[in-house]
Amino acid sequence: MSDLDIKLKVDASGLSCPMPILKATQAIKTVNSGELIEILATDPGSVKDFPSWAASTGNALVEQDSANGKFRFVFRRK
Amino acid sequence: MSAVATAPAAGAATVGAVKTKKLVIVDYSGELEKTWATLILASTAGAMEMETNVFITFWGLQTFVKDSKRITGENWMQKMMSFMQRPGISHRKLSKMNFMGMGPWMMFKLAKKYNTAKPKELLEMAQAVGVKFIPCQMTMDLFGIKREDLIDGLEEPVGAATALQLMTEADSTLFI
Repeated sequence: MSDLDIKLKVDASGLSCPMPILKATQAIKTVNSGELIEILATDPGSVKDFPSWAASTGNALVEQDSANGKFRFVFRRK
Repeated sequence: MSAVATAPAAGAATVGAVKTKKLVIVDYSGELEKTWATLILASTAGAMEMETNVFITFWGLQTFVKDSKRITGENWMQKMMSFMQRPGISHRKLSKMNFMGMGPWMMFKLAKKYNTAKPKELLEMAQAVGVKFIPCQMTMDLFGIKREDLIDGLEEPVGAATALQLMTEADSTLFI
């Protein structure tokens, strides 16, 4: 695991496209620039979606892993 | 960002300002599944910080009438149009297999089962992330739909020239 200082954790498990992305968008607005949020999702589409979202918004994808059908993403607000 | 091998982006990334992508969707058909697709794309584009404008015209305009407004229009033809095709985002028909309302009912049951956001929720999210919804003035006149019949949060009505200008400046335009 990691010892990143995660400011906000969002569980978007069970939600399907595009809700995980929309949840991430809402969440990242609540933290300051440079701070980290963590998103959990079960939607397989999110595996490609989140890197696209990161590239488009400039919020850096810091960490990404998956376990037991759950995908975990950590982003840093730009 | 550095993983994406696009020359302009690579140069811009160091400056810290990437050119904002623009999306225009012409929401014309007003059918349930097409409105659904429009709102998924629009809300996601907004979430990706794309400058997103949805130009609402013809049947699409009915989607943005308040759910509570049953009949719209001044003359009998306009009123009959709204009587036969109920306005409002919660009353859209499918383009096929509508089965007199069974179709949408089944779609919403599936959406609930698979945790897919419904059009109304997607519209709220889209507006929350800055997507602009622009009514077509001509359609408002033709269908007899007034500003107060429409939901809040829409832009000022425009005409075809403005719509076309938005389309030519956009990176991508969709006609749904």
